[in-house]
Amino acid sequence: MVNAAAVEKVIDVAGAVKRYGDKTVVRDVDLSVRAGEHMVLIGHNGAGKTTLMKLMLGLTRPSAGRVRVLGADPATAGAGRRRALGYLPESVAFHSAMKGREVLAFYARLKGIAPAECRSIFEQVGLDRAADRPVRTYSKGMRQRLGLAQAMLGKPQLLFLDEPTSGLDPSLRRHFYGLIDTLSRSGTTSLTSSHSLNEVEARADRIAIMKMGAIVACGTQAELSRQAGLPIVVRLGVRSGSGARVAESLAAMGKIHRRDEHRIDLFCLGASKMVVLRQIAALGEVVEDVDVMPPRLDDIYSHYMENVQPQ
Amino acid sequence: MNALWILAVNEYLDGLRNRWVAAAIMLLGGTALALLLVGSAPTGTVGAGALEISVVSLTSLSVYLVPLIALLLSFDALVGEFERGTMLLLLTYPVARWQVVLGKFFGHMMILLTAVAVGYGAAALFTVLVSDSGTAGWQAYLTMMSSSLLLGAAFIALGYLISVLVRERSTAAGAAVVLWLIVVVLYDLALLGVLLADHAQQIGPGLFSALMLASPTDTYRILNLTAFDSVGQAAGIAGVAARSGFAVSLLLGLMTLWVVVPLATTMALFQRREL
Repeated sequence: MVNAAAVEKVIDVAGAVKRYGDKTVVRDVDLSVRAGEHMVLIGHNGAGKTTLMKLMLGLTRPSAGRVRVLGADPATAGAGRRRALGYLPESVAFHSAMKGREVLAFYARLKGIAPAECRSIFEQVGLDRAADRPVRTYSKGMRQRLGLAQAMLGKPQLLFLDEPTSGLDPSLRRHFYGLIDTLSRSGTTSLTSSHSLNEVEARADRIAIMKMGAIVACGTQAELSRQAGLPIVVRLGVRSGSGARVAESLAAMGKIHRRDEHRIDLFCLGASKMVVLRQIAALGEVVEDVDVMPPRLDDIYSHYMENVQPQ
Repeated sequence: MNALWILAVNEYLDGLRNRWVAAAIMLLGGTALALLLVGSAPTGTVGAGALEISVVSLTSLSVYLVPLIALLLSFDALVGEFERGTMLLLLTYPVARWQVVLGKFFGHMMILLTAVAVGYGAAALFTVLVSDSGTAGWQAYLTMMSSSLLLGAAFIALGYLISVLVRERSTAAGAAVVLWLIVVVLYDLALLGVLLADHAQQIGPGLFSALMLASPTDTYRILNLTAFDSVGQAAGIAGVAARSGFAVSLLLGLMTLWVVVPLATTMALFQRREL
């Protein structure tokens, strides 16, 4: 049986390093994921996301440090432990001569799952009509859906999704994340890697940003934005002729940018937001409109990418 | 169902799907029948049955074809899956790496078994029907069929070793061709050349036997031509056979080593391989 501590931390990586020759691909990574959490790994291509996942899957061994998944070392744990895992590799490949149904039945058998379960999974991923066609005839999107189907087999405790939506059109992407959300709600812990930030916004419980093999920041979106110290933007619409006066009275609150006669942008720290808004309210009817824009994930991401160097 | 069995069946079905099984049957059966048709006329009276004579012909055929088929089946077994990316996914399933190798081995052996049983079975049926010596000598024929499987097993295992050692599928294909050429063709030629050049007769029978037994194909040949006296007579090497004096168990043991050693080495290398 898996003990209670292991259930608490489904993934526990401490000081993990992976070198290939003299190239360090993963450097000193600490990462823990709690049961039921949806963690997202973000980073450029080549930042080490895939290698980190491979370490967690036991496909490769760390050069230093410790990796524990579901309470055991994935590289040495018995094969049977992998029954609780689901994995969708980046650019998933199948035997192209096999039919979709045969592919999924093969993987189901390996996991000890009745082939009957395959039918409902085909329906969930929307492949039920193409199930009897050879995989060779599948489009990129269909192949990716078949990939998700095999990862979903047997309702895994822990799901690894490596760039699951790359190359998918927006509607398919939504459908895809819908399926993953459904799994998350049923208690599946998941680790998704992506380089597209907008699509993971609001889906991730926590986000880890990877750069050159290291995790440079990790936390909820709000935590990351606070740590980054990025300003929020308060956008004001003002009555004509009063722009200069409003700008002057808010000058102490932060940086002012007068876009035109009617519009003023005020850049200030998130912590002082309420003080700023009260000040604006006190200005009376000259202020006709107010928008508060928190930093977007894209801004946070580029902040970490440009300004934070791994030690 | 056991993972080993699932993988073996999958490999076999794959062989059926991409017509490998059919091609191997046609290759073995077709050439065997052609050879027997051509060779059925001058049997004369050597005191051997038709089946025993066909053992001599088919042994010479198998020595070339069975290793070729085996290598073609096996050279990309591992490297092909690395290259396609299917191995990555497979190894995240509850399957041990040795089970992947052994599962493929059993699957490929089933393909070879089908080809040998159907191809050489048809040739035997043909021989029995057209000759008047009936089924006499079936033991020698059956020995030829099963030792062909053993020979095939050795080359399947060698193919896996190539497959786990190289990084690219095309390199594996080249290496398989070179291996076939050396072990099946050039080794015997070189041995013959050395023997002809050896005027001082420095190579004694002991060394020569050792050199013969070092090759899996020669071991196979010796086994089939000397295990049964009647076959030796048909091959015209009765005297040689009597003097060679290799125990069948030694020959079988050597061939089994050619299966076990490369297979075990492949598993050990694959176990350490990082993806």
